[in-house]
Amino acid sequence: MLEGLSGSLQRVLDKLKSKGKLTEADVDAAMREVRLALLAADVNVRIVRDFVDRVKARAVGQEVQRSLTPGQQVVKIVYEELTDLMGGSQHRVNMAAQPPTVVMLVGLQGSGKTTTAAKLALSFVRLQHRPLLVAADVYRPAAIEQLEVLGQQIQVPVYQQGTAANPVDIARSGLAEAKRMGADVVIIDTAGRLHIDDELMDEVANIRAAVEPNEILLVVDAMTGQDAVRVAEAFHQRLGITGVVLTKLDGDTRGGAALSVRAVTGCPIKFIGTGEKIEPLEPFHPDRLASRILGMGDVLTLIERASQAVDLEKAQEMERKLRTASFTLDDFREQLRQVRNLGPLDQILKMVPGVSKLKGLENVSIDERKLARIEAIISSMTREERANPDILNASRRRRIANGSGVTVREVNQVLNQFEQMQQMMKRFAGFGKRFGRRGALNALKSMGDLSAFGQGGLPGNVPAGLPHPPERVRHHKKKKRR
Amino acid sequence: MGLLDKFRRGLEKSRTAVWGRLGGWLAGGRLDDAVFDEMEEALIAADVGVETAAWLVEEVRRQARRERIATAEELPSLLERAMTEALSAVDPAMRMADAGPTLVLMVGVNGAGKTTTIGKLAHRYRSEGRRVILAAGDTFRAAAIEQLVEWGRRTGCDVVRHAQGADPAAVVFDAIAAARARRADVILCDTAGRLHNKAPLMAELAKIRKVAARELPGAPHEVLLVVDGTTGQNALNQARTFQEAVDVSGIVLTKLDGTAKGGVVLPIVREYQIPVKWVGLGEQVDDLEPFNPAWFAQALCRP
Repeated sequence: MLEGLSGSLQRVLDKLKSKGKLTEADVDAAMREVRLALLAADVNVRIVRDFVDRVKARAVGQEVQRSLTPGQQVVKIVYEELTDLMGGSQHRVNMAAQPPTVVMLVGLQGSGKTTTAAKLALSFVRLQHRPLLVAADVYRPAAIEQLEVLGQQIQVPVYQQGTAANPVDIARSGLAEAKRMGADVVIIDTAGRLHIDDELMDEVANIRAAVEPNEILLVVDAMTGQDAVRVAEAFHQRLGITGVVLTKLDGDTRGGAALSVRAVTGCPIKFIGTGEKIEPLEPFHPDRLASRILGMGDVLTLIERASQAVDLEKAQEMERKLRTASFTLDDFREQLRQVRNLGPLDQILKMVPGVSKLKGLENVSIDERKLARIEAIISSMTREERANPDILNASRRRRIANGSGVTVREVNQVLNQFEQMQQMMKRFAGFGKRFGRRGALNALKSMGDLSAFGQGGLPGNVPAGLPHPPERVRHHKKKKRR
Repeated sequence: MGLLDKFRRGLEKSRTAVWGRLGGWLAGGRLDDAVFDEMEEALIAADVGVETAAWLVEEVRRQARRERIATAEELPSLLERAMTEALSAVDPAMRMADAGPTLVLMVGVNGAGKTTTIGKLAHRYRSEGRRVILAAGDTFRAAAIEQLVEWGRRTGCDVVRHAQGADPAAVVFDAIAAARARRADVILCDTAGRLHNKAPLMAELAKIRKVAARELPGAPHEVLLVVDGTTGQNALNQARTFQEAVDVSGIVLTKLDGTAKGGVVLPIVREYQIPVKWVGLGEQVDDLEPFNPAWFAQALCRP
């Protein structure tokens, strides 16, 4: 299902061919798939509809960046809007001017409040604070014991009065206890409750009135479906929440609920929780969740970077040269530069869907310094030498080695690799006539992928594999993601 | 209170959500694409998922054509029939051992409601006069054992427990021995909540299953996947991976007393043929009911 969606999105994007401005047809076609992706990620239907309308309005008529295809341009806009909607990363707790700072955790049953309370306490400990945990869940069997065990693990005191006490009293005395013992942060773990349970919602409102928390965090299970909207609305209306903690994000959920919660409450997502092991809470990254919701992995990041780094016209020129086999050392250097502009290469590779699944590529690490050295070697050649490497005799090679601070052997290596690349391209130039542009390019890319790293040598073929990153993305999309 | 009432009460809010908006369209009377589009969106809003919603709408459309239905008022009952049919394709009955104890393994992601469901199920079997043993197989989460022990106290069942951090398979092993010695009828095994994409944890679950099968012929008689009723489309991934690891035999749909609809069971049943066996409709010990497809569909569809 997931694979199907991003696959179909990719297919639709491939079909968009218009140049210059985005037409309404382009946008409509892409948005149909975007809508499905959002719905499959559990973003609320209502919010999806608003969102799609807004993006459509913004996208139609927009200039297509030269480095992107129209489809990629639409997705880029969607991605930006999503990130925007999710708000900035604000992983700071509102601290009280006069300590102690009071933080209250609320949410449905099983959303992860108790675990989050302990993680939050640990986060504060790491920041040199002295937190106190208050066990106000008197309903779930052994909830208090759970908090006590966790408190022991992280060496944070836990205040409790057993299960017979009233949660409002517990919270109030907990706050007094914190003042007495000099704790500067009080974290109140409340019982899980349904947003439609008036009695329990009254109770939590009373706790709020009694301790006047600086921060009321709604703990939301990232796997929540369409109902997230109603839950968040109800809690927000009743309590005025100040932030959201998104838990269980280490699963394979796409976490669209986060978007819904953010949209209906306007409150920032402050932290994310992953795993039941007690570690400090992680800050929330809106951009990462945006790409996760769209289900396109880090393809989006790749588009983003490609749109900044690679000039489409240069890429097309390069492609023509590849086909006609008039690829020179100058071109080689140009490619190296563009590829390096994308960022750390092994990271880039990991972003390309499917690459991480390729055999032998799991643990590949690319030495950036080698790329820099190749560039230096080529830059130490004269223009004539770059255009016609055949004239490079031993004396010239020595000069180049001296000029770039390497040995003659390394110069030879680079030249050998370049020659191999040229040979390969000649072969593919023939290919191209039979299978068309795309065929030749793809064949080349797969060669680039598999041979360059399999041999473990200098990444000589890498640049050839990346003449046009967006194309490469599409190629790999066809491999099934699992 | 009758069972159906309980169902309807539990699903009250979701019904208004699904049909509230659709009401205007249905009253409008004309059967056009707009009505079907609205129906599809209403189903998606109930967590039924894009594909299954489209499929259900198509079923209704075809049926409406076949029966020459021209007004929209009759659509809810058609939809109800299509849903009931889809949900009835699998058998919701619990499989019990012919002789000796029946072993039920409870699995699911964190916070789905496994331990609470065990408590409710224990209560149910106890009130039917069966001897029940609880196995505290969640040796990971802090105080999970204490939580189960508390349920044992409330329902009057023995609890087999080890220390926290112990091998859960060993707990199950001991529970089987205890059940034999005490002539128990049912063994309910708790397990730690785990996200289905954590391979080592899924392997641990497979080991528990293997140990149970070796020590007690025919066991586990049931492997119940507990699904939080508020979960969205991720429940499909849960069903698939848990089924691959431990061959899930049934679903328990919990927390249906909120506003969530639990519509995600429709695609689960349709795609993986795993029957829903129980639904959790509240926090009381007797708020667990056997799943009834007709009631579920009816409660969801009828305005």
